[in-house]
Amino acid sequence: MESLIIKYSNKLVSQKLCNPEDPLFGGIDDTIIWNRESRDIPVLEEVIASLNINTILYSPVKEPYKSIINYLAENSTINNTISPDDTETRTFLHDIPVSHVFNSDSIIEALNKRKGLIIKDKGIITCGTVSPEQAFVTFSSICFSCFVKFMTDFYYHKTGVIKLPGNPEKIAANAVSIYEKFISGIKDQPLITGPFQSSDDTIAAIIEAGLLTVKSGMVDSFFGNVSAKFKDIIFISQTGSSLDELAGTIDPCPVDNSTSNAITSSSEFSAHKSIYRLSRAATILHGHPRFSVIISMLCDDMNCANRGLCHINCSKERFMQDIPIVPGEVGTGEKGIATTLPPALKGRGAIVYGHGLFTTGTKDFKEAFFNLLDIEKKAFIEYRERTGLL
Amino acid sequence: MGKIYGWTGKILKIDLNSGTYSIISPDKNIYIKYIGGRGLGLYYMLSSAHLHWQNPEMPLMFMTGPLTGTESPSSGIISITTMSPLTGTIGDATAGGKFATELKKAGWDGIIITGKAPELSIITIENSNVKIYSALHLKGKSTKETLALTNNGGSKAVIGPAAENGVLFSTIDFDNEDTAGRNGTGLVMADKNLKCIHVTGTKEVPVKDPEELKKAKEDILRLASASPVLMGELGIAEYGTGTFYDLISSRRMMPTYNFRSTFFPGTEKLNAYTYKQKYNPIKSGCSGCHILCKRTDSLNRAIPEYEAMSHFTALTGNRDIETVMEANRICSEAGMDTTSAASTIACYMEINGIPPGKVEILKLLNDITSSTGEGELLKSGSRKYAALKGRPELSMSVKGLEIPAYDPRGAYGMALAYATSTRGACHLRAFPLSHEILRKPVATDRFTFSGKARIIKIAEDLNAAIDSITACRFIFFAATMEEYAKALIAVTGINFTGQDFLLSGERTCYTERIINYTKGFTSTDDDLPERFFTEAGTSGEGIEIPPISRKDFLEARTRYYKIRGLAPEGSPTKEKIKELKIEWNL
Repeated sequence: MESLIIKYSNKLVSQKLCNPEDPLFGGIDDTIIWNRESRDIPVLEEVIASLNINTILYSPVKEPYKSIINYLAENSTINNTISPDDTETRTFLHDIPVSHVFNSDSIIEALNKRKGLIIKDKGIITCGTVSPEQAFVTFSSICFSCFVKFMTDFYYHKTGVIKLPGNPEKIAANAVSIYEKFISGIKDQPLITGPFQSSDDTIAAIIEAGLLTVKSGMVDSFFGNVSAKFKDIIFISQTGSSLDELAGTIDPCPVDNSTSNAITSSSEFSAHKSIYRLSRAATILHGHPRFSVIISMLCDDMNCANRGLCHINCSKERFMQDIPIVPGEVGTGEKGIATTLPPALKGRGAIVYGHGLFTTGTKDFKEAFFNLLDIEKKAFIEYRERTGLL
Repeated sequence: MGKIYGWTGKILKIDLNSGTYSIISPDKNIYIKYIGGRGLGLYYMLSSAHLHWQNPEMPLMFMTGPLTGTESPSSGIISITTMSPLTGTIGDATAGGKFATELKKAGWDGIIITGKAPELSIITIENSNVKIYSALHLKGKSTKETLALTNNGGSKAVIGPAAENGVLFSTIDFDNEDTAGRNGTGLVMADKNLKCIHVTGTKEVPVKDPEELKKAKEDILRLASASPVLMGELGIAEYGTGTFYDLISSRRMMPTYNFRSTFFPGTEKLNAYTYKQKYNPIKSGCSGCHILCKRTDSLNRAIPEYEAMSHFTALTGNRDIETVMEANRICSEAGMDTTSAASTIACYMEINGIPPGKVEILKLLNDITSSTGEGELLKSGSRKYAALKGRPELSMSVKGLEIPAYDPRGAYGMALAYATSTRGACHLRAFPLSHEILRKPVATDRFTFSGKARIIKIAEDLNAAIDSITACRFIFFAATMEEYAKALIAVTGINFTGQDFLLSGERTCYTERIINYTKGFTSTDDDLPERFFTEAGTSGEGIEIPPISRKDFLEARTRYYKIRGLAPEGSPTKEKIKELKIEWNL
């Protein structure tokens, strides 16, 4: 438990969500252990005593999330909740409760219903019932979802569709400035070249691609999946695996489904499989780079009959430059990504509405990684142009 | 009681001694506190905790939940509660199908059956019309024959010849669609001279807020679609639970040769894909469920669940897939638990020095069913058989319930969960398979006890709550109590939270502990067979399967007792009983 707490505290820092001294992580088996001392511990221990959880995490967040989350919390007028529209929130978080005070009663009330909450002007609290990883994932999800919601709302504010209170321009400009610095600093690229000669080569390439994707800062470690096809086997990251820790979590899936030990493979396995079947792809990278997701959610047709159901019912042929944007829920079924995405992904990549970006390479991950970075950069530039944040 | 939603507010109490019935109208607070299903059954079990399972006053209960019969997905499980003839513990089991839905639509939240009919009988329930008939013409009939010889329509719970012949691991079969498999509940039904319960319901279940229920349903189905284990092309919706066969084999934790090893070479020829190719299965499933995890072949034989697939191959050394199909059919028609039956045969093989694969599985199953030949002894399960033969250590069971097809040396949370389970070795009580193998909600290290005591305790509470809502365990690979709380609020109008469910589940688990305590169960019984601490599993492909550290196991169990609020010897405490507001004086 202690090693996991340290590991995920460090991840919060390495992913630029928190300052090193900030995460306060408690883990419980029969006794509670904390990663550091804090005067907030007594309140959090009251929370632990009232809930069936085994992990609790409380931390302030770094910029740009700090200003964004505080802004959204300040203006969360409906039932003291924030309701982003991205896939992460719709599927897993539902909404994000906001408390204006840090006390055990309000925290317990929120965690009774949801996996995490925002304490206005202070930070985020999340919990887990199985592992500190759950608290980390929810924390990361809340940051991501709030970022996407704010920047999406800001676009509609700038185009006059809605009127945001206060001074959102300053917050948006700061977020764009921070993002610009790190995306322009991405220099690394995958070194393993294809075509892959063996299963081991394929697996090594997947591990490298996952690590670089996270290291670049384009995506958070938990969100996304990676695969490569070698002969008649698709090697794919397991469900819920961290892209920067894929060693030992890659499933070999025969294309004829003749063994099912890959039942633990990513929820997007069927989508990957269909992409390989319908295209020349040899590798697939999928992540949730922020501005690709945000761009996918910007549509100016305010009178569209499908408004509000864009994620499943959008009937338009939408593009960001050469990149198609398609609707689709996570997983299978008529409106699942496995159905909507593969026919659209004929070129180098496609964005799923509110969800993330899929890119391909015809030989190895160099091309797929370049496409991921290039498309995200283009999405970022397009966002700045459309909002005037140049 | 004022207007209630979700529940019908009525439980049918049938006394087979007199052939009469009455209606119990539980207080609304009992529903809120115990919810339904396993929890509600436990509540009515407390006053009978001191009775032997063969005492005519021992209740046999069938309970539904508040979501049963509504649009809430995968919420039609029936929960059976009594005392187990096999283990002597609290005896409970769940089953899918349509029985719970019919019962609820007939206007009943549950049935409590006491007494013993003067002759083999059948109960029919058509809405509020309850009758008891002679079933002498069904004596000795298989479950399949019994279903065919009774009237059509509705849903039927039946026992087979195994129960009538005293098999301790007898099941209750529901329309040949699913069985209440574990703990020998079928034998309690037989002891009451009850062959069949036939329920037909035509009423609507009142829902407080249908629009909110629709939204909750959408949330649940969205998560289900996102789950590779459930709806992926290799998932349960495609292959049934047989999809676990390759996975468990690849993790080197498939119980082999009566748990002497953990890897059975050649599983790729015995896996779910092979069944699909050979038998071209037809999908089916429970009322109101979109997962459709059941399969039958063209002869209407059920495709085996994972446990039967594994135990009738690896555990016994059999490599003939048709033998597995037939073994599964015999167990289904006889009405006996595949896991206990296969494990008892494996125990018999080891004790008698019979090499793997060299046993006539089908003959032994028929002997057990008819209580003839070797079956006379084997019908009592592996614990009694091994003890009788002077080799008690070769019964691979906990509290007398045979261990399912997940070797505990390959998943330490599972090891602890088998030991602490209140009904004996059960993988479903805490279901650590979810995080230790299937990575949900996140992956945990399967080879450590670190943190597992609290994880198991919380999971036991959660799954007790799921059994009380009477939702399917599988849907919780995807959804959580957050989504089901929303459904329950919509159906009942009561402001439940996920944590309310966990508290109710905790109360259920603790009540079971109390009942077992009254039967003499202590920490000595919360243990695994010695083999797991002294013999290694089958390492390979970079996976080491050492024996479980006895010291680590005992330390984890001690932590579990502390977290569960039990005394060091595993007994309940007055303080915890008071805290959980359980109606019991220690």
